Amino acid sequence: MSLLEVQNVSKAFGGIQALTTCSLSVEEGSITGLIGPNGSGKTTLFNGITGYEKIDTGTIQFSSQSITNIRPDQVFRLGIGRTFQLTRIFPRLTVMENMHVAAQREGMKELLSRWSSTHEQKRALELLDFVGLTKLKDTPAANLSYGQKKLLEFAFVLIAEPKVILLDEPAGGINPTLINQLAEQIRTLNKQGVTFLVVEHNMEFVMGLCEKITVMHRGSNIAEGTPQEVRSNPAVLEAYLGD
Amino acid sequence: MKVFRIVFPLVLLAAFIAFPFVFTDPATTTVAVFTLFFAAAGVGWNIFSGYTGYIALGHAVYFGIGAYAMALLCQDWNIQPGYAPFFLLPLVGLIAAAFSVFFGWIALRTRRHTFVVITIATFFIMQLMAYNLRAITNGSAGISLPIPFDWTADFFNIPFYFVALAILVLAFIASWWIHNSKYGLGLLAIRDDEDRALGLGVNTGPFKLIAFVISAFFVGMVGGLHAYFNSSIFPPFAFDALFDVAIALMAFLGGLGTLYGPILGALILVPAQQYLTVQAGSSGYNLIMYGVIFLVIILLLPEGILPTISKRWNRWRASRNRAEATPDIVTSPGAENSVAVESSGKGVEQ
Repeated sequence: MSLLEVQNVSKAFGGIQALTTCSLSVEEGSITGLIGPNGSGKTTLFNGITGYEKIDTGTIQFSSQSITNIRPDQVFRLGIGRTFQLTRIFPRLTVMENMHVAAQREGMKELLSRWSSTHEQKRALELLDFVGLTKLKDTPAANLSYGQKKLLEFAFVLIAEPKVILLDEPAGGINPTLINQLAEQIRTLNKQGVTFLVVEHNMEFVMGLCEKITVMHRGSNIAEGTPQEVRSNPAVLEAYLGD
Repeated sequence: MKVFRIVFPLVLLAAFIAFPFVFTDPATTTVAVFTLFFAAAGVGWNIFSGYTGYIALGHAVYFGIGAYAMALLCQDWNIQPGYAPFFLLPLVGLIAAAFSVFFGWIALRTRRHTFVVITIATFFIMQLMAYNLRAITNGSAGISLPIPFDWTADFFNIPFYFVALAILVLAFIASWWIHNSKYGLGLLAIRDDEDRALGLGVNTGPFKLIAFVISAFFVGMVGGLHAYFNSSIFPPFAFDALFDVAIALMAFLGGLGTLYGPILGALILVPAQQYLTVQAGSSGYNLIMYGVIFLVIILLLPEGILPTISKRWNRWRASRNRAEATPDIVTSPGAENSVAVESSGKGVEQ
């Protein structure tokens, strides 16, 4: 059984069928790629997995436990973190405060104690150091550049130590140096046991990073395999070049 | 700066305590009592609306429920005038809070503009109920509260002043505590991007409702105290639309979501309003002037006084630092919604 198992998921927005019996599995410890032309349903699938959209039919399982149509906060607490295609950070909070939002606590007493507890503070500083934002920790997040916001979002998802992280176009709109740095960070975390599911249009990035790639087209998975297999699959070529 | 954060509220508290001993004129202390009423209610309101960004324009509901709870408890339990009614205030606050669980639960199913409209609607519903549930509220004839006749005119304001101050201090401590807590950080995250906060494990529904109930508790206590101060209540004064607007305006003026903003707003607006009322008489010109002054302030200081000052201060400090040395990145820490990032030298990305 895979760590994350999506089976026959369908979702329609009015008359538009965004997902049609789409299936996907993410093995524990892997870096899995999810590619497909624009509008093929990748982000909708992410929204379905993370609870942002209710799916119409199908099942989603995480660690052999059903997470079909549960709330986003519940999904996150189970250990699935995600970033957004259009980076979503908290603009009026400082970088450090942003880091602490995702640091989990249970119970009233814990919630009412200071947000900057020493243990979490240490962890937040380590992660900011990891993505290179330490100097900006007291800056309102709105003041960061686009690339820095992406790094911040990545870092604050990490603070909760999720088992799997869903990255929605992490390399979109950032410079090549930063893309390489990001790939390196993903590999480092993967070695520490974090599983990744990555949506990306930058083929060089995806092919270089992922062991397994699933290709989506018109709301369904049409192919999967290693980067080489996917690249030579006629159905994939048709999806990208055909019509 | 850290010392300042502890010393400043204590100095402010000392000034508040000393005030009625320095200015003993009842006309002055009456203005001071009203200022504290609004400051306490404003700080309470700010715990919900300031931190979560949900602008509630119906907190007069809890002010009114507090007022009627106070009147009815005094009536039913035959409370004697004097200090006794003050001890009912925590219970009065709890009654207002209990109502807010229900109204908040409904209103918080919506967001943004819809939420504002629903809170205004709850206000009108409750005002109508106060007029029409005559068996409980005595309708437009109102209810009288015990009057402490043995308090002299010179002394009368003093107990109210200090009880109002006590509520303000309690509300301030709650606001300060929440602001520094994980819970408060969750509220601020909701203000910035609620769905994102939910996706990071913040249990947004209960977070918002609890803040709503806490704010109603403080506003309810102020309502109860205000009723006792006035010795009588009537539907249009217990459920007053101007109150809804006034506490929001004070928080906006001082700085929405800041610790001191609502206090500063009350310190400016309540005396100004009272002064205008005296100057312009009962003609209603005071309301027009009040509105004009407010528009001017909003045009010049759209974020409120405290955030504007803090931003100017940070900008000034940043420019001074830059003159001394050229750091990698000059930013303005602490400023909310800052527009400009001035990067000199290389950015962090490289």
